[in-house]
Amino acid sequence: MNRKLRVLVAKLGLDAHDRGAKVVARAYRDAGFEVIYTGIYQRPEAVAEAAIQEDVDVVAISSLAGAHLTLIPQLIHLLKDQGADDMLVLAGGVIPEEDISALLAEGVAGVFGPGSDLDEIIRFTREHAAAK
Amino acid sequence: MDLTTLLQRFQQGDRRALARAITWVENGTPEAGELIRSTYPSTGRAHVVGITGPPGAGKSTLVDRLASRYRELGQSVAIVAVDPTSPFSGGAILGDRIRMQRTLNDPGVFMRSLASRGHLGGISIATGDVVGLLDAFGFDVILVETVGAGQSEVEIMELAHTTTVVLIPGMGDDIQAIKAGILEIGDLFAVNKADRDGADRSVMEIEMMLDLGHMGEAGINRWDGEAQANSGAARRLDRTGHHGTADLASGNPYTSSASARHAADRHGTANPGDISWRPPVLKTTAKDGQGVDALVDRMIEHLNFLKETGRWEQFKRHDAAAKLRELITLRAARTVMDRATAAGDLDRLTASVADRTVDPYTAAEEVLSRHLGT
Repeated sequence: MNRKLRVLVAKLGLDAHDRGAKVVARAYRDAGFEVIYTGIYQRPEAVAEAAIQEDVDVVAISSLAGAHLTLIPQLIHLLKDQGADDMLVLAGGVIPEEDISALLAEGVAGVFGPGSDLDEIIRFTREHAAAK
Repeated sequence: MDLTTLLQRFQQGDRRALARAITWVENGTPEAGELIRSTYPSTGRAHVVGITGPPGAGKSTLVDRLASRYRELGQSVAIVAVDPTSPFSGGAILGDRIRMQRTLNDPGVFMRSLASRGHLGGISIATGDVVGLLDAFGFDVILVETVGAGQSEVEIMELAHTTTVVLIPGMGDDIQAIKAGILEIGDLFAVNKADRDGADRSVMEIEMMLDLGHMGEAGINRWDGEAQANSGAARRLDRTGHHGTADLASGNPYTSSASARHAADRHGTANPGDISWRPPVLKTTAKDGQGVDALVDRMIEHLNFLKETGRWEQFKRHDAAAKLRELITLRAARTVMDRATAAGDLDRLTASVADRTVDPYTAAEEVLSRHLGT
């Protein structure tokens, strides 16, 4: 048996800044994950469908344009609707401190703001994806 | 999801069940064997089209366009795209979805990215079984995009009914350099990015290579004699060394199955085995869709050609033989290794070979003679 953790790294909505997403994607790859990267300007529906078709363990959303409180919960609901609520959803990017508890309440497993340590993201992902 | 639930949902057309089934097969979980046993009887229906070519040739963008064209024609489409696994970390970045935004929101299209996981043939070990699952699920067409390929990534030929080699203008002498590699396996050639300078010249160079540098009639004759031998060599001749008198006589560089049949009739050689396929060479510009409809037409023509000439059925036999050979080889090797390890022979002989008291051939003979039998 040859299990690899698969992670979808995605950008939601009108948010073209994908530098962070690419850095995180690269870090996951270097840690031995299989990373599906879908590019910018994705609708929540498209990200949910990609996550399901690719049967990923983790969905990592990078958000730098401020729409995280709208789009990430939408994505989580879409995943739930399709019975994919066992996927670990992570959020990163420019997310104000005061929004973190709202995201966690919506079902996001971890929030990683600016300056987050890549090793910490990997460690957190491994630990929580394995527990699923 | 347990196996029974998954199979039930798979039969009902549930995409999440399909996705999970692919994961199991890719990971070789204990359920994978039963999954293949249950779905195998429903395979053998889809048209499997391979898309290969060097990195940056535009394969993913072209696959996106091809999928959309097949959808216009009312066909359901699955896409399998393989990207390389890092030899250092074992991880991979699978980015083909970025270039497939046109079709991926269409519920008639299913796309799965696979990492090569250390396999070097252009696809991953599990790709064949993944294609089998998609076939059993009921997709009409399965587009398989290989990793960026050059000279030796030719395994797609064994998996796909129709192999399309995608090249770009300006390769010039490079075409000469790679003609012994992936250029031998094409049933179709697409010179993509044809809006760039040198596209016509590239087309001409490939045409010349196809007309002059190949096996020609000798290939056909050999194929006739060896077609039933289930060897990779016979298969290769079947797929690529098969343009000869019929095409040349018809004077049509884009020999369709219809014109090939016509030419063969004129020569009084209507035996299906004699009708050949001269790989057409087309210009495409995937970014704006130029030439894509024509390419899909040729793909469908090639499918019809395979069916009309009996090669579709032959393909199934070759495929079955190859699968059996592979599994028997793998399992026999594993059994012998396990037994030799358990008996301590492997350790003992490894030491002897390392210190040069026994040569590797003699050591292997000894292991086989002791552990191959029942």
